[in-house]
Amino acid sequence: MFSRKNSPRPIASRAPFGLKILVAGVLLFLYCPFGIILLYAFTTEETAFTFPPPGLTFDWFRVALFNRPDIFPPLLLSIQVALVATTVALVLGSLIALGVSRAKFFGREAITFLVILPIALPGIITGISLRSAFGLFGIDFSFWTIVIGHATFCIVVVYNNVIARLRRTAKSQMEASADLGADSFQTFRHIVLPAIGTALLAGGMLAFALSFDEVIVTTFTAGQQTTLPIWIFSQLVRPRQRPVTNVVAVFVIAVTFIPILIAQRLTQDSND
Amino acid sequence: MATLSPTQPPAPSVVRRLSAFFSKHPTLVLILLLAAPLLWLGVIYLGSLGALLLQSFYKLDDFTGLVVREFTLDTYKQLFTQSNLDIVTRTAAMASVVTLACALLAFPISFYMARYASPSGKVVFFIAVTLPLWSSYLVRVYSWKLILAKEGVVGWFINLLGLQGALDAILAVPTIGGPSLSVSMYGTFLAFVYVWLPYMIIPTYTALTRVPRSMLEASADLGARPAQTFWRVILPLAFPGVVAGSIFTFSLTLGDYIIPGILGNSAFFIGQVVLTQQGTAGNIPLAAAFTVVPMFIMFVYLFIAARLGAFEAL
Repeated sequence: MFSRKNSPRPIASRAPFGLKILVAGVLLFLYCPFGIILLYAFTTEETAFTFPPPGLTFDWFRVALFNRPDIFPPLLLSIQVALVATTVALVLGSLIALGVSRAKFFGREAITFLVILPIALPGIITGISLRSAFGLFGIDFSFWTIVIGHATFCIVVVYNNVIARLRRTAKSQMEASADLGADSFQTFRHIVLPAIGTALLAGGMLAFALSFDEVIVTTFTAGQQTTLPIWIFSQLVRPRQRPVTNVVAVFVIAVTFIPILIAQRLTQDSND
Repeated sequence: MATLSPTQPPAPSVVRRLSAFFSKHPTLVLILLLAAPLLWLGVIYLGSLGALLLQSFYKLDDFTGLVVREFTLDTYKQLFTQSNLDIVTRTAAMASVVTLACALLAFPISFYMARYASPSGKVVFFIAVTLPLWSSYLVRVYSWKLILAKEGVVGWFINLLGLQGALDAILAVPTIGGPSLSVSMYGTFLAFVYVWLPYMIIPTYTALTRVPRSMLEASADLGARPAQTFWRVILPLAFPGVVAGSIFTFSLTLGDYIIPGILGNSAFFIGQVVLTQQGTAGNIPLAAAFTVVPMFIMFVYLFIAARLGAFEAL
């Protein structure tokens, strides 16, 4: 960034050819599977994954839309859970970020550790813990037991985005607001909220994507209910019209890619 | 006669007085802000972890099939049978191999991103690496079922290259082989490496960007060849980042039950035992005791990682 062109270059400035090949290989490894998923959504074969596909058709999109009513209740449930879990995570995550950023106090490190813990420990631990707590206290599985699990690991995503933004927001702005006679509610409304607005949006979108396709914790907290990932999982174990599973998979990829890309953009702009 | 006195300020509103009260009591504000989230994480989450630990000291009555709620170490005794220890060893071995493979694959791309990519290229690479991380885990696992199926892409390429004999030979290896790549440990391994790779790339990249350019120049000035600079300056400085990434790859492999279920031969992993014990078997105490194993392993792992400076690299 600082006059890189003029600085002396004892170190090679161009990547060796071998390294470029390796990088291309890793990128191919990361993205090829998505292409394969897309390809098999169009195959004419119902029960096998022959490569190359014997024929291509758009028919499975029609089948998924009109002939498979078993897809839609799980889809609806997943959207509802993701919306509620995201809302809870937005409130709790930004409260922690606001609290932690205000001052240094005893136990602050412990709080940040506690926020990260649900995502640092394997999902199965969160899942089985909630499952055993529900069992111990005789709580029946419901919509809310799924939401509790999802919100718990979504808090960290919102928290991370908001705290990063608050660290960059100048304290002087809030002090100036107070000096000019604003009360703390007005400062929050006119200074803090606009500053963290896009961070909240980005965090919320990531939380939605995370909740929408979560399967490990959900398996333990859903009981007999079926979310979309649980539906996909059941299709993997007992397949029926395999290309339809691919159509749903393509839909899920689209639904998660779009908010993630928007969230990346939102946090990117404010970095500049 | 009452006169208007414009100089006298209006009586402070309730909002104003509340605001003034808050600014005089910052601790109260802190408590108000943190009460709800701490209640959630402290009571629901930590409480659940406590409930899990508690249940691991209960046991299942073999005759009635009900959980006996009194303190016993019987469930832990059950854990130390040979077949269960095999499962733990197998899972830990898989986690180690997956972590090693992720580190080897992540290093070149992180190195390229940190050292050679232009500023805008860095952003594109960073998004390219994180996008799969956030997108559907289950769909990405499923894609390997398609790729590795006997009649799938990999099989087609192997036929094309005339390597069928070599494939049959590696599939015939006992315990890790299987009838096809998608039902063998190779499949489990590939899918694990694939889904956790971004977790390794990001901290490795972060650590590499923090290697000061001046240090590389100093190394070159002092007569080190590029290879020497790489081994003796870059690698040691990037190592904490690799360790930080390994926390994720190792921990996530330890707890996963989806990948060995979809892409494995029938050899069990810790996660699968937990799932079947709590589900069909209804033996929550044993499932809980089994979950304590990865928790304990991760505790030791985090302790070592902290010693190696991994937390500064996160």
